[in-house]
Amino acid sequence: MRIDDLRIDFATEHGWADVVNGVSFEIGGNEIVGLVGESGSGKTVTGLSVLGLVPSPPGRRSGGHIWFRDTDLTAMSPHRLRGIRGNEVSMIFQEPMTSLNPAFTIGDQIAETYRRHRGVSRKSGMHRAAEMLDMVGIPNATARVRDYPHELSGGMRQRAMIAMALCCDPQLLIADEPTTALDVTVQAQILDLLVSLRDELGMGVIFITHDLGVVAEVCDRVVVMYAGEVVETSPARDLFSRPRHPYTEGLLSAMPQLGSRSGRLASIAGRTPEPWAMPTGCRFGPRCPYSEHECTTGPIPLRSTGVDRQARCVRTDELDLRGAQ
Amino acid sequence: MSQQIVSSQPLVEVKDLSVTFSKKRLFKPTRVVRAVNGVSFEIAQGETLGLVGESGSGKSTIGRALLKLVPMESGSVRFDNTELTTISRAEMRRMRRRMQMVFQDPYSSLDPSATVAASISEPFRVHEGLSAKQAWSRVQELLEVVGLRPSHANRYPYEFSGGQRQRVAIARALALTPHLIVCDEAVSALDVSTQNQVINLLEDLRDEFDLSYLFIAHDLAIVRHIAHRVAVMYLGHIVESGPAERTYQRPAHPYTQALLSAIPIPNPERSNRAGRILLRGDLPDPANPPSGCPFQTRCPYAMDVCREVMPAMTAVDGGGQVACHLQTAGPELNGRSLMDADVEVVR
Amino acid sequence: MSADTAMMREPSVQRPTAPGIKRFLRRFASNKLAITATVLLGVLITTSLAAPLLAPYPPEAIDVVNRLAGPSPEHWLGTDSLGRDTLSRLMHGGRVSLAAAAFAVSIAITFGVPLGLIAGYLGSWVDWIMGRGADVLMTFPAVILAIAIIAATGPGLVNAMAALGVVYAPRLFRVVRGATLAVREETYVEASVSIGTPAYSIVTRRVLPNILSPLLVQISLMLAAALLAEAALSLLGLGVVPPTPSWGNLLGRGFTEIRTTPLLVWFPGIAIALATLCFNLIGDGLRDSLGRETRKGD
Ligand SMILES: Nc1ncnc2c1ncn2[C@@H]1O[C@H](COP(=O)(O)OP(=O)(O)O)[C@@H](O)[C@H]1O
Ligand SMILES: Nc1ncnc2c1ncn2[C@@H]1O[C@H](COP(=O)(O)OP(=O)(O)O)[C@@H](O)[C@H]1O
Ligand SMILES: [Mg+2]
Ligand SMILES: [Mg+2]
Repeated sequence: MRIDDLRIDFATEHGWADVVNGVSFEIGGNEIVGLVGESGSGKTVTGLSVLGLVPSPPGRRSGGHIWFRDTDLTAMSPHRLRGIRGNEVSMIFQEPMTSLNPAFTIGDQIAETYRRHRGVSRKSGMHRAAEMLDMVGIPNATARVRDYPHELSGGMRQRAMIAMALCCDPQLLIADEPTTALDVTVQAQILDLLVSLRDELGMGVIFITHDLGVVAEVCDRVVVMYAGEVVETSPARDLFSRPRHPYTEGLLSAMPQLGSRSGRLASIAGRTPEPWAMPTGCRFGPRCPYSEHECTTGPIPLRSTGVDRQARCVRTDELDLRGAQ
Repeated sequence: MSQQIVSSQPLVEVKDLSVTFSKKRLFKPTRVVRAVNGVSFEIAQGETLGLVGESGSGKSTIGRALLKLVPMESGSVRFDNTELTTISRAEMRRMRRRMQMVFQDPYSSLDPSATVAASISEPFRVHEGLSAKQAWSRVQELLEVVGLRPSHANRYPYEFSGGQRQRVAIARALALTPHLIVCDEAVSALDVSTQNQVINLLEDLRDEFDLSYLFIAHDLAIVRHIAHRVAVMYLGHIVESGPAERTYQRPAHPYTQALLSAIPIPNPERSNRAGRILLRGDLPDPANPPSGCPFQTRCPYAMDVCREVMPAMTAVDGGGQVACHLQTAGPELNGRSLMDADVEVVR
Repeated sequence: MSADTAMMREPSVQRPTAPGIKRFLRRFASNKLAITATVLLGVLITTSLAAPLLAPYPPEAIDVVNRLAGPSPEHWLGTDSLGRDTLSRLMHGGRVSLAAAAFAVSIAITFGVPLGLIAGYLGSWVDWIMGRGADVLMTFPAVILAIAIIAATGPGLVNAMAALGVVYAPRLFRVVRGATLAVREETYVEASVSIGTPAYSIVTRRVLPNILSPLLVQISLMLAAALLAEAALSLLGLGVVPPTPSWGNLLGRGFTEIRTTPLLVWFPGIAIALATLCFNLIGDGLRDSLGRETRKGD
């Protein structure tokens, strides 16, 4: 899949706010791409737009294309998009309770999704549900298909959600902060599950998170977003060892360290700009320790900084930025 | 550093604290949850105790019990040598000026219909009988202490970001220069960078006002920086406690080890995925705790004795205590030593 | 942290203003229906209040020549069977009707709001007892109960409206109690408890302002209902005693002439419908514009 110069605006009291501004990246099969950035940077909106789920109004797509294999999802009729959603491309969310229907058993909901796309019988739908629950590691799956969402723990619900998303063998999974609401122990289980499912099923995964630790664990490639723009894309290893954008450096240095506790914790000065009051020039400029006059003059283009790497920084070649410790 | 602090008279002394919630249900037996079960700990003046554990393990309940916001079932809570469980309402109200709380969700802990000034001046109004006008200059000072602008006083919470709101909540907690602040997941809802700013602020304030914190978090990495000592909770019990240094480097309880190894490391070069202790399953239903050791159902080293007998607290080399049978009943498990060799079994 | 270090001292800081109210007004103003209703209601209320000054004739003045007349330059809305000017009587009647509705609702507020706050905040047995009391009162249909109370105390507008107020009180109690129960669980209430704020202060300063939106909505809807109830009771001769006009008894008297002069029913009917509609529209407008501001990202 390829996202090409995607632009999404939201109507606010202050006029149109460009919440996603010219985002482009690619994702191959069998690849986990991390989409990282602070809250409000537009990660969720980018993810939603792939499936045409951005609420409209207040949202609107003001430009760009989303290519899924050779079709443009943005040009597709809502009806055909529904056929793709949950089938070839599916999505899981931070809080599974909001996307599971409390009135139906999880088995019913998985079976329903499967039947809608595959048109099979009720019985084989339920069979598939049990099979999927088993695959995502819910013990005693044949009995648990009859559980209602509220009867499951947070971790189990997220597993059920993953089972539902994967029941039609999607080629692309969009996971929006799937572990943020979970405890670290359960997060470790879910991450493990996602990686092994990816290996098994060979799908592409867009993994949205604000936690670079999680990115380091599971992602092959990383797209860093700031204030609606992609500021850096890179293979995960290179990003951590040598970031090419000051914002990435800031994020890395702010990560809590288990080893030492000396000195003060690092943080990025200031706060993210409001989407209706973006600075001219580099959007990170006002918070950037390396900002210079040339950073404020106009929009900064993404430039190539190495093999499969790009950064949106005019000074990227002069700067020697620190990686993860 | 922590040793010196502990040697002085503790500010907070909790002994055998238990808190039980019961919820009546239609057509079903009443659900009784013992959220906190026989917990003891101390906090010295100027010291920070980190309280960690999975959600639902009873951390918030301990914090709220300290401030008498939930009814205690049994046990004793002493604050500066006053027994809180038996004092009158009026006396407790006077005590409240010395102990404050900062809550997890900065979006719900401030009254949305009150200005920042009204929220911060509430303690002055209650305890010093000052009107909002009289407290005005103190509010301005407090805003400056927590790094906000004095002009923010007239604003409403919805105009602020999460980090700024948390600063307002901290300003309110600081208003009467308390001795103890219970920080219940005070930074958990914030972005890392903002999180660090708030922790730096809390550390500065601790040094300036000689504050004690009970710092509650489910994320061990955050606690690492701020806490002198750590207590690890599981299903209403403290299963391990000790100096932060020792607990993080040589965790003595298998649960602490699992928690630590589950933290993702933000560096692919040093990833610990291979050596990770993956816990099976979830936290058991707190209304239906397992017999024996509470961790027994998920413990990779569980022995027969663990299923029957609740382990007692034993001292750990390097400081602190742990409740685990491996400490007392034979740690050799198929030749694999559970504790790293440098942790010795006491007794 | 440049946000902190670059912070400037701002010398003069003014006293609190209320951006919350400004925000509410802005949102309310953007609701065209609600604004129209407010303006219309304002006109109705001022003309009614100023009836002695504005009305072309005193309400009881009889024009023997022009009885049951249609609209004319002298009598814009015509006259009734005694030759009294309909416009003047409508304006004076509005005074009585609107005041009666306001009176009934203020009685309901006096009982319903404090009791609802107490029951919702204290909970346990206090709540249980008050709740059962409200249940009992609510099982009676409002107008029937009012009629029963009037049967015991004798007719008259004050009695009728006091009765109605008592009947409405449990509804307000329910709304306030429910909203209080929800607010009581909010962390900011727990924060106030942890500060040591006394319960009375928490209820008036923390709970009340935060339940204002459902309360105002309910009050405006209740005003509409009270207006209709006044009309119903006066129509049945249980409210205002003639010859004092109210929209309800104007409507009632109009029915006696409905064959010959249907306009006598139309005008008070329209006045009642219009005022009721205005209250309802304002209630809806309040509901929409008092809703919480959505969360802002960090
Ligand atoms: N439904 C919506 N209405 C208005 N603004 C929205 C809506 N959804 C998101 N936004 C705005 O879009 C921006 C990006 O949001 P989001 O994609 O959720 O960020 P992230 O997922 O990176 O935290 C934010 O500034 C947010 O306020
Ligand atoms: N007010 C309450 N009523 C009933 N049960 C509660 C209440 N507060 C907490 N509990 C229960 O007590 C246990 C511990 O909760 P809590 O102290 O909030 O855990 P933590 O803060 O560690 O996540 C949980 O099982 C929770 O469901
Ligand atoms: Mg998001
Ligand atoms: Mg908690």
